[in-house]
Amino acid sequence: MATDPLVLDGLDAFYGDSHVLHDLSLRVRAGGVLGLLGRNGAGKSTCIGSIVGLVRAKAREMTLYGEPIQGLSPERISQKGVGVVPQGRRIFPSLTVHENLTVAARTPSREGWRGWSLEDAFSAFPRLEERRRQFAGSLSGGEQQMLAIGRALMTGPRLLLLDEPSEGLAPQIVAEVARVLKELSRTGLSIVLVEQNVKLAMEVADDVVILNNGRVAHAGPVESIQTDGELVEQLLGVY
Amino acid sequence: MNFWVIQGLNGLAFGSLLFILAAGFSLIFGLMRVANLAHGAFFMLGAYVGLSAIDNGMNFWVAILIGGLTVCVLGGVMEGLILRRLAGQPLAQVLVTLGIAFIIADGCLWLWSGDPRPLPMPSELQGVLRFGGLIFPKYRLFVVVVAVCLAGALWLLLERSRVGAMIRAGVDDMEMARVMGIRTSLLFPLVFCLGSALAGAGGVLAGPILSVYPSMDTDMLPMALVVVILGGVGSLGGAFVGALVIGFIYSYGQALVPDLAYVILFLPMVLVLTIRPTGLFGRRLV
Ligand SMILES: Nc1ncnc2c1ncn2[C@@H]1O[C@H](COP(=O)(O)OP(=O)(O)O)[C@@H](O)[C@H]1O
Ligand SMILES: [Mg+2]
Repeated sequence: MATDPLVLDGLDAFYGDSHVLHDLSLRVRAGGVLGLLGRNGAGKSTCIGSIVGLVRAKAREMTLYGEPIQGLSPERISQKGVGVVPQGRRIFPSLTVHENLTVAARTPSREGWRGWSLEDAFSAFPRLEERRRQFAGSLSGGEQQMLAIGRALMTGPRLLLLDEPSEGLAPQIVAEVARVLKELSRTGLSIVLVEQNVKLAMEVADDVVILNNGRVAHAGPVESIQTDGELVEQLLGVY
Repeated sequence: MNFWVIQGLNGLAFGSLLFILAAGFSLIFGLMRVANLAHGAFFMLGAYVGLSAIDNGMNFWVAILIGGLTVCVLGGVMEGLILRRLAGQPLAQVLVTLGIAFIIADGCLWLWSGDPRPLPMPSELQGVLRFGGLIFPKYRLFVVVVAVCLAGALWLLLERSRVGAMIRAGVDDMEMARVMGIRTSLLFPLVFCLGSALAGAGGVLAGPILSVYPSMDTDMLPMALVVVILGGVGSLGGAFVGALVIGFIYSYGQALVPDLAYVILFLPMVLVLTIRPTGLFGRRLV
């Protein structure tokens, strides 16, 4: 459907001469959560980088709500409504917590705006409000992850991409991230969730795509991997 | 006693000029990682343009404006037409700015000839102020006031405005700034033009103290580099403190041990870098 939040069809991605993603296709349904899984080095972050315009990519189709985004700059793609929580969080360390949020903020413009205001960010993550005047570089890993999520939502995304948001976090923080993701999904936000934590992905995702060596190795509803332990074992390693 | 106060004020005034020069350099380097070696030439060009404006009957304040604007436009053109095409190639960028520095220097020599020219100060700032038995030239005090106001204004812009936060976000992590929708392609020319305008206007401001002469660029660029390296690249406060330190050292050094002026100028830089490679106030650059 032309109104799908994200359609990638036949995508190839490159770092210089090295060809990393091959003929990758996937689709995010409106209001759905797509879990993007795969071992280390499978190409998940490269896929995210291609969508946001940081990695050189070619595709037969690459559309956001039916609008082509291929070849646009990262700024333009962001303005069209793609929010990102990057791997490793990458908050702006020398800006305060408050500045990290406001620097990304956009005024509600679009129909069906689901972006956050500062108040929304602070009510979702009260810890951030306590530390609002602190430099973001001084936050703990979990706090930085909350900040990265808050920052992405301040841009008012129609599609949210998260790259391993549970990486390196304590279990109770992972649970908090999961809670926020489910809430966001319930408000109808469309999400791509890259995860190594298969349990978290199964808890949140509606559909899954598993990458292996830069190719789609499996795609289907989340139930398709819940029931097939062998497949998970083979494509995702020990779990 | 009098000697120390007079040289101290000279140092303060010279340090103020250095700050105006170094702030622009530091700003550009901090955001774009371009060491603009044409910055000294921008300073000199501004001074010459201001001189011509005054020769043509304009007053000093208009001359500062014209000197600043001319160099602002030149900086914008250089960024937009050349440096942007060389994004991600720092060595090529530095070499280009060095080439442009030479071109400007030769162009100035050709247009304004080789004779040093004094730049007349505005009549309202001629003369001296007296405090007790001490005498202060008004113009030097004025330059100090300008530098302090400029430091305050730049601080407000960088630390207290949204555009400033965007610039700092770009300094921290350029890719993420873009992915968050910050239009760095607009911030770059803005910062480059601002830094260049400061150099150009600073050159005119320096004219009445330093005069305008052909090697002004190569005299001033190393000092700006020392200031920025001493204070820490990309740090406004560092540039301020570094400029004052170098201003004092230069002033007293010239008066006390003129033969060793360069030694005592560069020695503190070498010492600071040995002990603290990021400079006095530097943040680490990724
Ligand atoms: N900047 C880069 N330059 C060259 N190759 C890269 C770069 N980033 C990742 N790769 C390669 O691309 C492949 C996919 O990496 P990535 O997308 O980061 O995997 P994942 O996120 O699934 O762990 C890996 O083989 C990796 O070595
Ligand atoms: Mg990755």
